[in-house]
Amino acid sequence: MNIATVFEIVLASVVLGLAIWTIAVAETYSATVGFVAYSLLVALIWVRLDAVDVALTEAAIGGGLGGVVLLGAAARLRDAEALTVEQASPIVRMSAAILSASITAALAFAILLLPDPAPTLAPTVVANAGATGMTNPVTNVLMAFRGMDTMLEKVVLLLAIVGVWSLASDRAWGGRPGPRHQADPNGVLAFLARLLPPAGIVVGVYILWTGADHPGGAFQGGAVLASMWLLVIMAGLADTPPVSSRWLRLILVAGPGLFLAIGLGGLWLGPAFLSYPAAFAKPLILGIEVAMILTIAATLGLLLAGAPERSSQ
Amino acid sequence: MSVARDIMTIAGVSVGAFFFLAGTVGLLRFPDTLTRLHALTKADNLGLGFVVLGLLPQSGSLRDGLKLISIWMLALLAGATVSQLIARMVRQSGTTR
Repeated sequence: MNIATVFEIVLASVVLGLAIWTIAVAETYSATVGFVAYSLLVALIWVRLDAVDVALTEAAIGGGLGGVVLLGAAARLRDAEALTVEQASPIVRMSAAILSASITAALAFAILLLPDPAPTLAPTVVANAGATGMTNPVTNVLMAFRGMDTMLEKVVLLLAIVGVWSLASDRAWGGRPGPRHQADPNGVLAFLARLLPPAGIVVGVYILWTGADHPGGAFQGGAVLASMWLLVIMAGLADTPPVSSRWLRLILVAGPGLFLAIGLGGLWLGPAFLSYPAAFAKPLILGIEVAMILTIAATLGLLLAGAPERSSQ
Repeated sequence: MSVARDIMTIAGVSVGAFFFLAGTVGLLRFPDTLTRLHALTKADNLGLGFVVLGLLPQSGSLRDGLKLISIWMLALLAGATVSQLIARMVRQSGTTR
Protein backbone atom coordinates (compact mmCIF):
# COMPACT_ATOMS: atom_id res chain seq x y z
CA MET A 1 0.00 0.00 0.00
CA ASN A 2 1.73 3.16 -1.14
CA ILE A 3 1.34 6.66 0.26
CA ALA A 4 -1.15 7.77 -2.44
CA THR A 5 -3.56 4.95 -1.48
CA VAL A 6 -3.29 5.89 2.21
CA PHE A 7 -4.04 9.52 1.29
CA GLU A 8 -7.07 8.46 -0.75
CA ILE A 9 -8.47 6.30 2.05
CA VAL A 10 -8.01 9.13 4.57
CA LEU A 11 -9.64 11.60 2.15
CA ALA A 12 -12.63 9.32 1.53
CA SER A 13 -13.18 8.72 5.27
CA VAL A 14 -12.96 12.44 6.06
CA VAL A 15 -15.48 13.24 3.30
CA LEU A 16 -17.90 10.57 4.55
CA GLY A 17 -17.51 11.71 8.17
CA LEU A 18 -18.02 15.34 7.21
CA ALA A 19 -21.11 14.44 5.15
CA ILE A 20 -22.68 12.63 8.12
CA TRP A 21 -21.77 15.52 10.45
CA THR A 22 -23.32 18.05 8.03
CA ILE A 23 -26.61 16.11 8.09
CA ALA A 24 -26.58 15.44 11.83
CA VAL A 25 -25.57 18.87 13.16
CA ALA A 26 -28.48 20.87 14.54
CA GLU A 27 -27.57 24.47 13.61
CA THR A 28 -28.15 25.55 10.00
CA TYR A 29 -25.06 27.76 10.08
CA SER A 30 -22.77 24.91 11.17
CA ALA A 31 -24.27 22.64 8.53
CA THR A 32 -23.53 25.28 5.88
CA VAL A 33 -19.91 25.62 6.93
CA GLY A 34 -19.62 21.83 6.95
CA PHE A 35 -21.09 21.66 3.45
CA VAL A 36 -18.59 24.21 2.08
CA ALA A 37 -15.67 22.24 3.54
CA TYR A 38 -17.26 19.06 2.13
CA SER A 39 -17.39 20.61 -1.36
CA LEU A 40 -13.72 21.57 -1.24
CA LEU A 41 -12.74 18.03 -0.17
CA VAL A 42 -14.92 16.56 -2.95
CA ALA A 43 -13.00 18.81 -5.35
CA LEU A 44 -9.80 17.15 -4.09
CA ILE A 45 -11.36 13.74 -4.85
CA TRP A 46 -12.07 14.89 -8.43
CA VAL A 47 -8.40 15.92 -8.73
CA ARG A 48 -7.36 12.43 -7.56
CA LEU A 49 -9.66 11.00 -10.28
CA ASP A 50 -7.86 13.20 -12.88
CA ALA A 51 -11.11 15.14 -13.51
CA VAL A 52 -9.61 18.59 -13.02
CA ASP A 53 -12.39 20.33 -15.00
CA VAL A 54 -14.99 18.93 -12.61
CA ALA A 55 -12.80 19.75 -9.61
CA LEU A 56 -12.58 23.41 -10.68
CA THR A 57 -16.36 23.62 -11.09
CA GLU A 58 -17.02 21.87 -7.78
CA ALA A 59 -14.68 24.21 -5.89
CA ALA A 60 -16.05 27.35 -7.60
CA ILE A 61 -19.77 26.50 -7.53
CA GLY A 62 -20.19 24.02 -4.65
CA GLY A 63 -17.62 25.51 -2.30
CA GLY A 64 -17.62 29.15 -3.34
CA LEU A 65 -20.81 30.58 -4.82
CA GLY A 66 -23.10 27.82 -3.49
CA GLY A 67 -21.63 28.37 -0.05
CA VAL A 68 -22.48 32.09 -0.24
CA VAL A 69 -26.09 31.29 -1.25
CA LEU A 70 -26.43 28.85 1.66
CA LEU A 71 -24.85 31.28 4.15
CA GLY A 72 -27.34 33.94 3.07
CA ALA A 73 -30.21 31.47 3.46
CA ALA A 74 -28.92 30.42 6.92
CA ALA A 75 -28.76 34.07 7.99
CA ARG A 76 -32.37 34.60 6.86
CA LEU A 77 -33.54 31.43 8.60
CA ARG A 78 -31.82 32.26 11.90
CA ASP A 79 -34.70 34.39 13.19
CA ALA A 80 -37.37 31.95 12.02
CA GLU A 81 -35.55 28.96 13.52
CA ALA A 82 -35.61 30.43 17.02
CA LEU A 83 -39.43 30.55 16.86
CA THR A 84 -40.13 27.09 15.48
CA VAL A 85 -39.53 24.43 18.11
CA GLU A 86 -41.84 21.79 16.69
CA GLN A 87 -40.22 18.57 15.55
CA ALA A 88 -41.48 16.13 12.95
CA SER A 89 -43.14 13.06 14.43
CA PRO A 90 -41.04 9.91 14.93
CA ILE A 91 -42.96 8.11 12.15
CA VAL A 92 -42.11 10.85 9.61
CA ARG A 93 -38.48 10.88 10.68
CA MET A 94 -38.27 7.09 10.53
CA SER A 95 -39.85 6.97 7.04
CA ALA A 96 -37.45 9.65 5.81
CA ALA A 97 -34.50 7.68 7.18
CA ILE A 98 -35.72 4.44 5.56
CA LEU A 99 -36.32 6.20 2.23
CA SER A 100 -32.84 7.79 2.23
CA ALA A 101 -31.17 4.53 3.25
CA SER A 102 -32.93 2.54 0.53
CA ILE A 103 -31.96 5.12 -2.14
CA THR A 104 -28.33 4.91 -0.97
CA ALA A 105 -28.49 1.11 -1.03
CA ALA A 106 -30.03 1.12 -4.53
CA LEU A 107 -27.29 3.46 -5.80
CA ALA A 108 -24.56 1.33 -4.23
CA PHE A 109 -26.11 -1.79 -5.75
CA ALA A 110 -26.32 -0.15 -9.20
CA ILE A 111 -22.65 0.86 -9.02
CA LEU A 112 -21.61 -2.67 -8.05
CA LEU A 113 -23.61 -4.06 -11.01
CA LEU A 114 -21.79 -1.88 -13.58
CA PRO A 115 -19.88 -3.91 -16.18
CA ASP A 116 -16.12 -3.95 -15.75
CA PRO A 117 -14.54 -2.35 -17.76
CA ALA A 118 -17.27 0.28 -17.95
CA PRO A 119 -18.55 1.16 -21.44
CA THR A 120 -16.81 4.36 -22.49
CA LEU A 121 -16.73 6.81 -25.37
CA ALA A 122 -13.45 8.33 -24.15
CA PRO A 123 -11.22 6.74 -26.86
CA THR A 124 -13.60 8.02 -29.59
CA VAL A 125 -13.50 11.51 -28.08
CA VAL A 126 -9.69 11.49 -27.95
CA ALA A 127 -9.47 10.12 -31.53
CA ASN A 128 -11.68 12.94 -32.86
CA ALA A 129 -10.03 15.74 -30.88
CA GLY A 130 -8.52 17.15 -34.10
CA ALA A 131 -11.99 17.90 -35.53
CA THR A 132 -12.30 21.13 -33.53
CA GLY A 133 -8.66 22.19 -33.23
CA MET A 134 -8.83 21.92 -29.43
CA THR A 135 -7.10 19.26 -27.37
CA ASN A 136 -9.04 19.39 -24.09
CA PRO A 137 -11.48 16.45 -24.46
CA VAL A 138 -13.90 17.93 -21.89
CA THR A 139 -14.25 21.18 -23.86
CA ASN A 140 -14.67 19.15 -27.07
CA VAL A 141 -17.54 17.17 -25.55
CA LEU A 142 -19.18 20.22 -23.96
CA MET A 143 -18.91 22.57 -26.92
CA ALA A 144 -18.98 20.30 -29.97
CA PHE A 145 -19.88 16.62 -29.52
CA ARG A 146 -22.64 17.28 -26.97
CA GLY A 147 -23.09 21.00 -27.64
CA MET A 148 -26.88 20.66 -27.44
CA ASP A 149 -26.69 19.75 -23.72
CA THR A 150 -24.50 22.74 -22.95
CA MET A 151 -26.82 25.09 -24.83
CA LEU A 152 -29.87 23.86 -22.93
CA GLU A 153 -27.91 24.17 -19.69
CA LYS A 154 -27.44 27.88 -20.40
CA VAL A 155 -31.19 28.21 -21.05
CA VAL A 156 -31.75 26.62 -17.63
CA LEU A 157 -29.54 29.33 -16.08
CA LEU A 158 -31.73 31.93 -17.77
CA LEU A 159 -34.88 30.26 -16.41
CA ALA A 160 -33.32 30.17 -12.93
CA ILE A 161 -32.72 33.93 -12.96
CA VAL A 162 -36.30 34.51 -14.16
CA GLY A 163 -37.46 32.35 -11.24
CA VAL A 164 -35.45 34.37 -8.71
CA TRP A 165 -36.68 37.66 -10.15
CA SER A 166 -40.29 36.54 -10.04
CA LEU A 167 -40.02 36.46 -6.23
CA ALA A 168 -39.91 40.28 -6.27
CA SER A 169 -42.83 42.24 -4.87
CA ASP A 170 -44.82 44.29 -7.41
CA ARG A 171 -43.44 47.55 -5.98
CA ALA A 172 -39.81 46.46 -6.41
CA TRP A 173 -40.24 44.99 -9.89
CA GLY A 174 -37.64 46.35 -12.29
CA GLY A 175 -35.56 47.57 -9.34
CA ARG A 176 -32.19 46.61 -7.98
CA PRO A 177 -31.60 43.15 -6.42
CA GLY A 178 -30.48 42.74 -2.83
CA PRO A 179 -29.70 45.35 -0.18
CA ARG A 180 -27.33 48.26 -0.85
CA HIS A 181 -24.15 47.20 0.89
CA GLN A 182 -22.43 49.79 3.05
CA ALA A 183 -18.80 49.36 4.03
CA ASP A 184 -16.09 51.68 5.29
CA PRO A 185 -14.70 53.19 2.04
CA ASN A 186 -11.22 53.22 3.61
CA GLY A 187 -11.72 49.81 5.25
CA VAL A 188 -10.03 46.53 4.52
CA LEU A 189 -12.94 45.09 2.50
CA ALA A 190 -13.00 48.09 0.15
CA PHE A 191 -9.22 47.77 -0.16
CA LEU A 192 -9.52 44.10 -1.16
CA ALA A 193 -12.34 44.96 -3.60
CA ARG A 194 -9.99 47.43 -5.32
CA LEU A 195 -6.89 45.22 -5.25
CA LEU A 196 -8.25 41.78 -6.16
CA PRO A 197 -10.54 42.27 -9.22
CA PRO A 198 -7.73 43.14 -11.70
CA ALA A 199 -5.98 39.87 -10.80
CA GLY A 200 -9.30 38.00 -10.65
CA ILE A 201 -10.40 39.19 -14.09
CA VAL A 202 -7.08 38.08 -15.60
CA VAL A 203 -7.46 34.66 -13.91
CA GLY A 204 -11.09 34.32 -15.14
CA VAL A 205 -10.17 35.16 -18.75
CA TYR A 206 -7.12 32.88 -18.54
CA ILE A 207 -9.29 29.95 -17.36
CA LEU A 208 -11.60 30.52 -20.35
CA TRP A 209 -8.72 30.78 -22.81
CA THR A 210 -6.74 27.80 -21.50
CA GLY A 211 -9.93 25.68 -21.55
CA ALA A 212 -9.27 24.87 -25.22
CA ASP A 213 -6.25 22.73 -24.40
CA HIS A 214 -6.14 22.38 -20.60
CA PRO A 215 -8.70 22.05 -17.79
CA GLY A 216 -10.85 25.17 -17.62
CA GLY A 217 -13.62 26.80 -19.60
CA ALA A 218 -16.40 29.34 -19.63
CA PHE A 219 -18.22 28.07 -16.52
CA GLN A 220 -15.19 28.06 -14.22
CA GLY A 221 -13.93 31.38 -15.59
CA GLY A 222 -17.43 32.87 -15.32
CA ALA A 223 -17.63 31.81 -11.66
CA VAL A 224 -14.36 33.66 -10.94
CA LEU A 225 -15.62 36.79 -12.74
CA ALA A 226 -18.94 36.59 -10.84
CA SER A 227 -17.15 36.41 -7.49
CA MET A 228 -15.09 39.50 -8.40
CA TRP A 229 -18.29 41.37 -9.27
CA LEU A 230 -19.92 40.29 -6.00
CA LEU A 231 -16.86 41.38 -4.02
CA VAL A 232 -17.13 44.88 -5.49
CA ILE A 233 -20.88 44.94 -4.71
CA MET A 234 -20.42 43.68 -1.14
CA ALA A 235 -17.71 46.27 -0.47
CA GLY A 236 -20.23 48.95 -1.44
CA LEU A 237 -18.08 50.21 -4.34
CA ALA A 238 -20.80 49.48 -6.91
CA ASP A 239 -24.53 48.84 -6.79
CA THR A 240 -26.37 45.97 -8.41
CA PRO A 241 -27.88 47.01 -11.76
CA PRO A 242 -31.69 47.35 -11.96
CA VAL A 243 -33.18 44.21 -13.51
CA SER A 244 -35.06 46.35 -16.04
CA SER A 245 -31.71 47.49 -17.48
CA ARG A 246 -31.51 46.74 -21.19
CA TRP A 247 -27.78 46.01 -21.37
CA LEU A 248 -28.07 43.62 -18.46
CA ARG A 249 -30.81 41.61 -20.16
CA LEU A 250 -28.78 41.63 -23.38
CA ILE A 251 -25.81 40.07 -21.54
CA LEU A 252 -28.08 37.50 -19.90
CA VAL A 253 -29.35 36.20 -23.28
CA ALA A 254 -26.04 36.71 -25.17
CA GLY A 255 -24.61 33.24 -24.43
CA PRO A 256 -27.61 31.01 -25.19
CA GLY A 257 -28.70 33.41 -27.98
CA LEU A 258 -25.40 33.22 -29.87
CA PHE A 259 -25.23 29.46 -29.26
CA LEU A 260 -28.72 29.05 -30.73
CA ALA A 261 -27.96 31.35 -33.69
CA ILE A 262 -24.78 29.45 -34.60
CA GLY A 263 -26.65 26.16 -34.11
CA LEU A 264 -29.39 27.28 -36.51
CA GLY A 265 -26.67 28.47 -38.91
CA GLY A 266 -25.35 24.90 -38.94
CA LEU A 267 -28.83 23.65 -39.80
CA TRP A 268 -29.24 26.22 -42.57
CA LEU A 269 -25.77 26.17 -44.18
CA GLY A 270 -24.43 22.83 -43.00
CA PRO A 271 -25.64 19.27 -42.43
CA ALA A 272 -27.19 19.53 -38.96
CA PHE A 273 -28.13 21.70 -35.97
CA LEU A 274 -24.96 22.86 -34.17
CA SER A 275 -22.63 21.47 -36.86
CA TYR A 276 -19.58 23.69 -37.15
CA PRO A 277 -17.77 23.97 -40.50
CA ALA A 278 -14.39 22.32 -39.86
CA ALA A 279 -12.33 25.37 -40.86
CA PHE A 280 -14.18 27.71 -38.47
CA ALA A 281 -14.87 25.30 -35.61
CA LYS A 282 -12.42 26.82 -33.14
CA PRO A 283 -13.22 30.51 -33.81
CA LEU A 284 -16.96 29.78 -33.61
CA ILE A 285 -16.59 27.87 -30.34
CA LEU A 286 -14.39 30.62 -28.90
CA GLY A 287 -17.00 33.22 -29.89
CA ILE A 288 -19.74 31.23 -28.15
CA GLU A 289 -17.54 30.81 -25.07
CA VAL A 290 -16.78 34.54 -24.85
CA ALA A 291 -20.52 35.34 -24.98
CA MET A 292 -21.16 32.52 -22.49
CA ILE A 293 -18.59 33.64 -19.93
CA LEU A 294 -20.30 37.06 -19.79
CA THR A 295 -23.73 35.43 -19.47
CA ILE A 296 -22.53 32.99 -16.80
CA ALA A 297 -20.76 35.69 -14.77
CA ALA A 298 -23.83 37.98 -14.88
CA THR A 299 -26.26 35.12 -14.13
CA LEU A 300 -24.29 33.71 -11.19
CA GLY A 301 -23.79 37.19 -9.74
CA LEU A 302 -27.49 38.01 -10.04
CA LEU A 303 -28.57 34.62 -8.65
CA LEU A 304 -26.55 35.45 -5.53
CA ALA A 305 -27.78 39.04 -5.39
CA GLY A 306 -31.35 37.73 -5.14
CA ALA A 307 -34.75 39.14 -6.06
CA PRO A 308 -35.23 42.87 -6.78
CA GLU A 309 -35.90 44.65 -3.47
CA ARG A 310 -35.50 48.37 -4.17
CA SER A 311 -36.86 50.67 -6.86
CA SER A 312 -34.19 51.62 -9.38
CA GLN A 313 -33.89 55.28 -8.28
CA MET B 1 21.85 18.54 -8.27
CA SER B 2 18.55 16.68 -8.26
CA VAL B 3 19.32 15.36 -4.75
CA ALA B 4 19.90 18.91 -3.49
CA ARG B 5 16.56 19.98 -4.97
CA ASP B 6 14.78 17.04 -3.36
CA ILE B 7 16.32 17.84 0.04
CA MET B 8 15.13 21.44 -0.27
CA THR B 9 11.63 20.22 -1.14
CA ILE B 10 11.45 17.74 1.73
CA ALA B 11 12.72 20.35 4.19
CA GLY B 12 10.38 23.10 2.96
CA VAL B 13 7.22 20.97 2.83
CA SER B 14 8.01 19.43 6.25
CA VAL B 15 8.41 22.86 7.87
CA GLY B 16 5.18 23.95 6.14
CA ALA B 17 3.34 20.88 7.41
CA PHE B 18 4.64 21.62 10.92
CA PHE B 19 3.16 25.13 10.78
CA PHE B 20 -0.18 23.77 9.53
CA LEU B 21 -0.18 21.27 12.41
CA ALA B 22 0.73 23.95 14.95
CA GLY B 23 -1.89 26.30 13.52
CA THR B 24 -4.57 23.60 13.72
CA VAL B 25 -3.67 22.75 17.32
CA GLY B 26 -3.81 26.47 18.14
CA LEU B 27 -7.18 26.84 16.42
CA LEU B 28 -8.58 23.99 18.52
CA ARG B 29 -6.91 24.86 21.84
CA PHE B 30 -6.60 28.66 22.10
CA PRO B 31 -9.10 30.34 24.43
CA ASP B 32 -10.64 33.24 22.43
CA THR B 33 -11.33 34.36 18.86
CA LEU B 34 -8.35 36.71 18.48
CA THR B 35 -5.75 34.15 19.53
CA ARG B 36 -7.44 31.53 17.35
CA LEU B 37 -7.21 33.94 14.40
CA HIS B 38 -3.52 34.36 15.18
CA ALA B 39 -3.02 30.58 15.04
CA LEU B 40 -5.03 30.25 11.83
CA THR B 41 -3.16 32.96 9.92
CA LYS B 42 0.19 31.48 10.97
CA ALA B 43 -0.87 28.22 9.30
CA ASP B 44 -1.90 30.01 6.10
CA ASN B 45 0.96 32.49 5.85
CA LEU B 46 3.97 30.52 7.05
CA GLY B 47 2.71 26.98 6.40
CA LEU B 48 1.64 27.62 2.81
CA GLY B 49 4.72 29.84 2.31
CA PHE B 50 7.11 27.04 3.26
CA VAL B 51 5.16 24.49 1.19
CA VAL B 52 5.44 26.80 -1.85
CA LEU B 53 9.12 27.41 -1.11
CA GLY B 54 9.65 23.66 -0.95
CA LEU B 55 7.80 23.06 -4.23
CA LEU B 56 9.65 25.80 -6.16
CA PRO B 57 12.74 23.62 -6.91
CA GLN B 58 10.38 21.02 -8.45
CA SER B 59 8.59 23.45 -10.79
CA GLY B 60 9.61 22.75 -14.36
CA SER B 61 9.64 26.33 -15.61
CA LEU B 62 9.76 29.94 -14.47
CA ARG B 63 6.06 30.26 -15.32
CA ASP B 64 5.06 27.42 -12.99
CA GLY B 65 7.21 28.94 -10.24
CA LEU B 66 5.53 32.32 -10.63
CA LYS B 67 2.11 30.63 -10.53
CA LEU B 68 3.04 28.94 -7.22
CA ILE B 69 4.25 32.24 -5.75
CA SER B 70 1.10 34.07 -6.87
CA ILE B 71 -1.07 31.38 -5.23
CA TRP B 72 0.76 32.09 -1.98
CA MET B 73 0.39 35.86 -2.43
CA LEU B 74 -3.38 35.51 -3.05
CA ALA B 75 -3.76 33.28 0.01
CA LEU B 76 -1.84 35.89 2.06
CA LEU B 77 -4.13 38.65 0.83
CA ALA B 78 -7.30 36.64 1.50
CA GLY B 79 -6.11 35.50 4.93
CA ALA B 80 -5.08 38.99 6.03
CA THR B 81 -8.39 40.52 4.85
CA VAL B 82 -10.64 37.86 6.37
CA SER B 83 -8.87 37.90 9.73
CA GLN B 84 -9.11 41.72 9.84
CA LEU B 85 -12.85 41.52 9.12
CA ILE B 86 -13.45 38.81 11.74
CA ALA B 87 -11.38 40.67 14.34
CA ARG B 88 -13.35 43.87 13.63
CA MET B 89 -16.65 42.01 14.08
CA VAL B 90 -15.39 40.59 17.38
CA ARG B 91 -14.36 44.03 18.65
CA GLN B 92 -17.68 45.60 17.65
CA SER B 93 -19.79 42.85 19.19
CA GLY B 94 -17.69 43.10 22.36
CA THR B 95 -17.64 39.36 23.06
CA THR B 96 -14.34 37.55 22.82
CA ARG B 97 -15.31 33.96 23.23
